[in-house]
Amino acid sequence: MKEFWKGNEAIAEAALRAGLEAYFGYPITPQTELLEYLAKHMPPQGRAFVQAESEVAAINMVYGAACAGARVMSSSSSPGVSLMQEGLSYIAGSEVPVVLVDIMRGGPGLGNIAPSQGDYFQLTKGGGHGDYHPIVLAPASVQEAVDLTYGAFDLAEKYRWIVIVAADGNIGQMMEPIELPPPRRVERRDRGWELTGAQGRPRRVITSIYLQPEALHQYNEHLQRKQREIEKHEVRYSEYLMEDAEYAIVAFGTSARVSQTAIKWARAKGIRVGLFRPISLYPFPYARVAAISQRVRAILVVEMNSGQMIEDVRLGALDRVPISFFGTMGGLVPLPDDVLPAIEKMVQ
Amino acid sequence: MLTEEMQVVFDYPDALTEETTHYCPGCTHGIIHRLVAETIDELGIREKTIGVAPVGCAVFIYNYFDTDFCEAAHGRAPAMATGIKRALPDRVVFTYQGDGDLAAIGTAEIIHAAARGENITVVFVNNAVYGMTSGQMAPTTLPGMKTTTTPTGRDVEIAGYPIRMCELLAQLSGASYIVRRSVHDPGNINRTKKALKTAFRAQLNQAGFSLVEILSSCPTNWGMSPRDALTFVKEKMIPYYPLGDYKVAEAVKTIAQ
Repeated sequence: MKEFWKGNEAIAEAALRAGLEAYFGYPITPQTELLEYLAKHMPPQGRAFVQAESEVAAINMVYGAACAGARVMSSSSSPGVSLMQEGLSYIAGSEVPVVLVDIMRGGPGLGNIAPSQGDYFQLTKGGGHGDYHPIVLAPASVQEAVDLTYGAFDLAEKYRWIVIVAADGNIGQMMEPIELPPPRRVERRDRGWELTGAQGRPRRVITSIYLQPEALHQYNEHLQRKQREIEKHEVRYSEYLMEDAEYAIVAFGTSARVSQTAIKWARAKGIRVGLFRPISLYPFPYARVAAISQRVRAILVVEMNSGQMIEDVRLGALDRVPISFFGTMGGLVPLPDDVLPAIEKMVQ
Repeated sequence: MLTEEMQVVFDYPDALTEETTHYCPGCTHGIIHRLVAETIDELGIREKTIGVAPVGCAVFIYNYFDTDFCEAAHGRAPAMATGIKRALPDRVVFTYQGDGDLAAIGTAEIIHAAARGENITVVFVNNAVYGMTSGQMAPTTLPGMKTTTTPTGRDVEIAGYPIRMCELLAQLSGASYIVRRSVHDPGNINRTKKALKTAFRAQLNQAGFSLVEILSSCPTNWGMSPRDALTFVKEKMIPYYPLGDYKVAEAVKTIAQ
């Protein structure tokens, strides 16, 4: 049965149902309902909840709980995620599984609290220092945010890696009818790396320091092999009216949803345009974009930023077709009326 | 003449590995490591202890302890320890931090861990200097003390005043045991050991946040012989950082006796 849920609360409930054991977070609009929902529901269920003194502390608490083998997550919004980048780099360098939800808002700086997709670079390109890319999943609806969050923990544990659910303030704040997945209780089991006390086994150490350049080079090669595995197996995308499309819009999250309406209107005008929507922003579906670029006449990229994902679209499409861009910044959500003229311009 | 059966009175702690430490000659980290290890042995908690290493000279502490260990980012050890303890409340969790780590970059994390009454133990080694980066001014560098970033001596007009962390943390309701000790001579080493044992026992008794600050020497970066460095601790550091018990909560008083 479908229920009417607000995005942030639905994501929180999905995490609880996925077996979330520990949460550490800090208030920031537009994600705060997520923190509040977990504050209400976790302690009575005997699960660990701490409101940290900062996002810096929150992500390091997450890091500690992950080292201890717990199913753990944090959530924040863009400026808070900037603060977490130090911790995320250490988490990547230590290979512990962590889930983070980013309800993106406008930047740079304090920016504002309106929906944005301006974190594409800081999420997909590593963000912190060193060579790593977290898995980044971008929902375009509350239902998809629920489903991606529910699956994020298994994915994080499968690769011992960071999984970020990258929604924008629009998805966090809006209400939609959704179906929630069944609650799961995850049994603690020793996976051979977590720190639980060296009882009846040799001690374990989790660290990201490799002082010898050769050793750090080798460790990075190991991480890169993991990234290639992720790129091979975890690419996700969705397509809308692409079968007969002569033109393609490439967009993710809320901008994809807005574009979908514009595409319907363009179709009514006889323009055969379809939507290609990356769900995994990392790993980016380069191969699929390449295939699309071989059969469409032009590509329009729509984003709620100044053009960040477009760089990856260009890497996939190369110079095979003209690529144009329509973007809104400052927390403005584009309307289909804004996207339609960009489609018409692409066709000319 | 022995009237009792002979006993072993001094041995290598089980909680230490056989690894040779990387510390400079005359550094007191080795003594403090041993005291922590003896404490872990005597409380029989080696198999349920998880340590959190700092950034600083003790960054490789996990090579020397035969317990589970993780390595925190600079200053973040109390946050990481919080995460571990909340995930595994029945384990013993301790951080080992220097003064740059704890009293500069990690000030927010240590204060809030104490304020929450986080049931962890902090071993705070104060040698008044950044050791690993070779001798810059620390938040605990004494007024007038020469470092590579205070080449003519710490001028409080420019660099401000050193922070007394025990006095600051003792104000917080969540703190259960906050004491300052020193390892400049055998008597003080024994008192430090006793304090460490009380701090770990406070955690085992769910009393809340415990911290032992230990005044320590850094002959290399102070430009002194090991002996002169210990004299400096006694004559210069202790007057600014008085030894003593800054907070002993009711729940800990019975343990301390």
